[in-house]
Amino acid sequence: MNEMIARWPERNPRLFLAVAALFWFGLYEALIPVSEALVAALPVDRNSHLGGALQFFFYDTPKVLMLLTGIVFLMGMINSHFTPERTRAMLAGRSEGTANVMAATLGVFTPFCSCSAVPLFIGFVQAGVPLGVTFSFLISAPMVNEVALTLLLGLFGWKVALLYLSLGLFIAIVAGWVIGRLKMEAYLEDWVRDMPKIQATAGDTSMPLYERINAGFSSVREIVGKVWPYILAGIAIGAGIHGYVPEDFMASFMGKEAWWSVPLAVLIGIPMYTNAAGIIPIVQALLAKGAALGTVLAFMMSVIALSLPEMVILRKVLKVRLIATFIGVVAVGILIVGYVFNSAL
Amino acid sequence: MKDIKVLGTGCAKCKSTVAIIEQVASAKGVPVTLEKIEDMQQIVSYGVMSTPSVVIDGKVVHSGGIPSRDKVEEWLSA
Repeated sequence: MNEMIARWPERNPRLFLAVAALFWFGLYEALIPVSEALVAALPVDRNSHLGGALQFFFYDTPKVLMLLTGIVFLMGMINSHFTPERTRAMLAGRSEGTANVMAATLGVFTPFCSCSAVPLFIGFVQAGVPLGVTFSFLISAPMVNEVALTLLLGLFGWKVALLYLSLGLFIAIVAGWVIGRLKMEAYLEDWVRDMPKIQATAGDTSMPLYERINAGFSSVREIVGKVWPYILAGIAIGAGIHGYVPEDFMASFMGKEAWWSVPLAVLIGIPMYTNAAGIIPIVQALLAKGAALGTVLAFMMSVIALSLPEMVILRKVLKVRLIATFIGVVAVGILIVGYVFNSAL
Repeated sequence: MKDIKVLGTGCAKCKSTVAIIEQVASAKGVPVTLEKIEDMQQIVSYGVMSTPSVVIDGKVVHSGGIPSRDKVEEWLSA
């Protein structure tokens, strides 16, 4: 019996996907009634601070975890089409401009872990991908990823998620283009510049559907398995703020009127290192209490895109001046996004 | 005797990769030399773009992520 279930995706992958999707939607629809019932069953008043916080916690936790599982699974399947080798082959030999747009877009779909930043960087440069295009990819890959987008979707709705996606891509494209214009090839470490040039080949990425399903499951195990404690902690803190911190508490120092709050948010974000999962639930609570959306997004992008540990890793291939330029250009992009949001919304 | 190298800069995934190869090798009783390569210049000299990667007898057999147990068993029985 177990053997049969284990072999199911292999024998009939399409049916398996359809049943899994139905099951997922059914479960998702049941979430609100179940969380209401759970809180009603507890000996607390639904309208009290504690009741509000508990409802938020019991509803948002399973909702976000389910969204995350579903989307990470799908992205795992899609990711299996976009190996770094294939991405590189698509970018090599293209002129800048278009290639910056492509690199930033591919950054969303190509699996990326910051510990691979250096081999990836070298692999791109070796195959003749222009420096600015490589940076477009390196900026977009960690910042615009499925975990960040899912959490935004689950907690803020699709408009904010879409906004984050387009602005993240925008920063990656423009910052990469600017770095390309600055002609900073001389600031690669010498051993990187002296590496032999190679021909980019895509390699074979074809595989049967059931193997892609397996790839989906393994990325769920890997990603959801890693980030769920952060999400739980984040939502717990968020729930606390939700129930207890007075309305508009944040408005005074993270609101629209405080112009200095955007650069401050970016500065604070640089040394902070956490993944999207850890930061977003807290961000949600800040927003709910009157912090301005632009300031909060700027903070979030800075935490994710400009992390000190990644700079330390990149220092092995880039000279200080190029790293400083990279930080500077991206920080300016984030600042602009923050101000535009605060004035437009 | 298989000569296995795990390429990686020391992230958690690289450690798990070394651990699973050790486990499978000792479970199957296959003699191996297992070496972890953390030096960036050496890693890129194999031409890999994502870590952890696994090199067996000088050939890159796997790249980007922890290999599945099935895969490791396949390498070691070949």
